[in-house]
Amino acid sequence: MLRTKGEKAFEAVNIVLLSILVLVTAYPLYYVLAASFSNPAEIMKHTGVLWGLKGFSLESYKYVFRYPMVWIGYGNTLVYVLVGTAVNTLFTALAAYGLSRKNAMLCNFFMVLITVTMFFSGGLIPTYLLVDNMGLTNTRLVMFIWKMAQPYNLIVMRTSFREIPDSLIESATIDGANHFQIFWKIAVPVSKAVLFVIILFYGVYHWNAWFYAMVFLRSKSLYPLQIVLRDILVANDVSAMTEGMVGMDEKEMIGATIKYAIIVVSTVPILCVYPFIQKHFVKGVMVGAIKG
Amino acid sequence: MAAWLRKLKKDIRLNHVIYWMILPALCYFVIFHYIPMYGAQIAFRKYAPGRGIWGSPWVGFENFARFFSSRQFGRLLGNTLILSGLDILFGFPMPVILALLLNEVRQSGFKRVVQTVTYIPHFISMVVICGLLVDFSLTTGLFNKLGGLFGLPAVSMLSDPRYFRPLYIASGIWQEAGWGSIIYLAALSSVDTELYDAASVDGAGKLRQVWNVTLPGIAPTIIIMLILRVGRVMDVGFEKILLLYNPSTYEVADVISTYVYRIGMLQADYSYSTAIGLFNSVINCVLLVVVNRFSRKLTETSLW
Repeated sequence: MLRTKGEKAFEAVNIVLLSILVLVTAYPLYYVLAASFSNPAEIMKHTGVLWGLKGFSLESYKYVFRYPMVWIGYGNTLVYVLVGTAVNTLFTALAAYGLSRKNAMLCNFFMVLITVTMFFSGGLIPTYLLVDNMGLTNTRLVMFIWKMAQPYNLIVMRTSFREIPDSLIESATIDGANHFQIFWKIAVPVSKAVLFVIILFYGVYHWNAWFYAMVFLRSKSLYPLQIVLRDILVANDVSAMTEGMVGMDEKEMIGATIKYAIIVVSTVPILCVYPFIQKHFVKGVMVGAIKG
Repeated sequence: MAAWLRKLKKDIRLNHVIYWMILPALCYFVIFHYIPMYGAQIAFRKYAPGRGIWGSPWVGFENFARFFSSRQFGRLLGNTLILSGLDILFGFPMPVILALLLNEVRQSGFKRVVQTVTYIPHFISMVVICGLLVDFSLTTGLFNKLGGLFGLPAVSMLSDPRYFRPLYIASGIWQEAGWGSIIYLAALSSVDTELYDAASVDGAGKLRQVWNVTLPGIAPTIIIMLILRVGRVMDVGFEKILLLYNPSTYEVADVISTYVYRIGMLQADYSYSTAIGLFNSVINCVLLVVVNRFSRKLTETSLW
C-alpha cells in the first residue's frame, strides 16, 4: 500500500512519542538498579542524569543481607505466596468449575452473591472485628485465606470453563465420571493457560500485599517482606540496618543506596518471571474483559 | 414454595458434587464479606468493647450526624472528589491514547518493547513505588537532580502540599497506563479493517480515521470502563495515600478512606469509623447505579 507524506510524518511522531514514554517509564527503574551497585559516596555527590554505574560496589547489598528482618520478611513472604496461592487457586478453580455448569439450580444466585462483593463491602472495621473475634489476627492462616477467592479471578476462570463443550462433559458423565473427576481430568488440562494466569495473579497479590498484613499482624516474626520494606523505605529509616557505623555522614551516605539495594532484592523475583509470563497475563485480562 | 423446596432438594441430591465444589468458596464469601456487611450495623450503635457488636446500644444516625457536622467532613469529601476527579480527567484517557498510538505502530518488535516496558510498573508493589516516590522527592532525590538540570530549585516535595496531587496523579499514570491499555488493544484488534480501507478510499487522513473509525469501534469498551471507574469515585488509591501522606500534607491528601483507617485502627473509635466507611460505600453504589442507567439511556451500553 502506498503511504502518503502525512502518514509517514504521523508514524515518525508516533514512534518518537512512544520512545519518550519508554524512557520515562524505564529510567527510574534503571536508576535504582545502577545506583544500588554503585559506590555510595559517588551517588551522593552525583547530579543530573545517571548514565551508568558510578564505581562498582556491593557495599549496599552487604548491609541488606546482614539485616535479619530482610531474611525473616523474605521467608514469610515465600510461605504466604506458596501456601496462599495454592489454597486460593484450588478453591477458586473448584468453585469456578461448579458455577460454570448451568444445571445446578442455585448457581445464578451464588454468582449474584459473589458479584455483589465486588461493589459493596462491610468496611475495614467490621472486617477487622470479625477476623479478631475468630482469633485469626496475628496468625499465618489469615494471610492464606484472607483473599481466598477474588471475584474477578473466579469470573475469569468460570468464563474459561464455560468454553468447554457440553458434549465433552456429557460423554464423560456417561462413562461414569463424576464432576470432581471431570474437573481434574478434563477441565483443568483444557484451561491450563487461564489457570496459569490465576496462579500468577494470586502469586503477585501475595508477594505485594501489605495493607491487611499491617492491619492483621502484630508480631515482627510474622511480617511479610513488604512491611519490612515499608519500615525502611517509606518511613525513610535505615538506622536499624546501619547500626554499628560510626560517622553520621557515612550513615547518611550509604542510606540511599541501601534503599535501592533492598528494592532490587525485593522486586527482582517478580521481574525475573515477568517476561516469560507476559503473554499469559495479557490473556487473563482479555478473558476477564470479554465477560465485562 | 413447598414445590420449589422439593425441587431444590432433588437438585441438590442430583448435583451434590457441584455444590460441594462451590461450598468452600461460598463459605469464604459469606464469612469474610457478608458477615462484615451485617456487622456494619455498628455504624448505628455506640460500640462498647466489653459488649461486642451485638450488645452495644443503638444510637440511630448519631455517628453519621457527627461526621456530617465535623470540621473534617468538607475537607475529606473535597479531597476525595478532587483526587478521584483528577485521576479520571488525566489518568483515564492515558491507556486509551497509549492503545491508539500502539495500534498504529507497524514494527512489531518496537511495539513489543513498548508493551513490555510499560506493563512492568503494574507489578511493582505499592510499598516500593511509594518508597521510590519518597526517595525521589527528597531535596537530594532524583526529581530534584533532574529538576536541577533545568535550573529549578530543590524542594522537599512530599512535605509541600502543592506537589502532592501532581505526584499522586503522575505516578498513577506511570504505574497503570501501560497495563490499562491491554483491554483497549484487545478491543482495537476487533475493529473491522475494511472500514479503514473504505475511509482511506474516501480520502480520510490518519487522524480522521482514528476519529471516525477507531474511536467509535472501541467506544463500548471505553464506556464500560468509564462506568466502572466512576462507580468507584469514592475509592481513591488509599493504600498509596497512606504511604505517602504526612501531617503536613493532610490538607490536600487526607481522604475519606484514610480517615476511616486512622479513626478506626489508630484511635479505635469503631462505630464512628464504620459509619464513615459505610457512607463512602453507599455513595459508590448509588453512583454506579446512576451512571449505569445514564449510560444505558444515552448510548445503549451498560453493565447490566
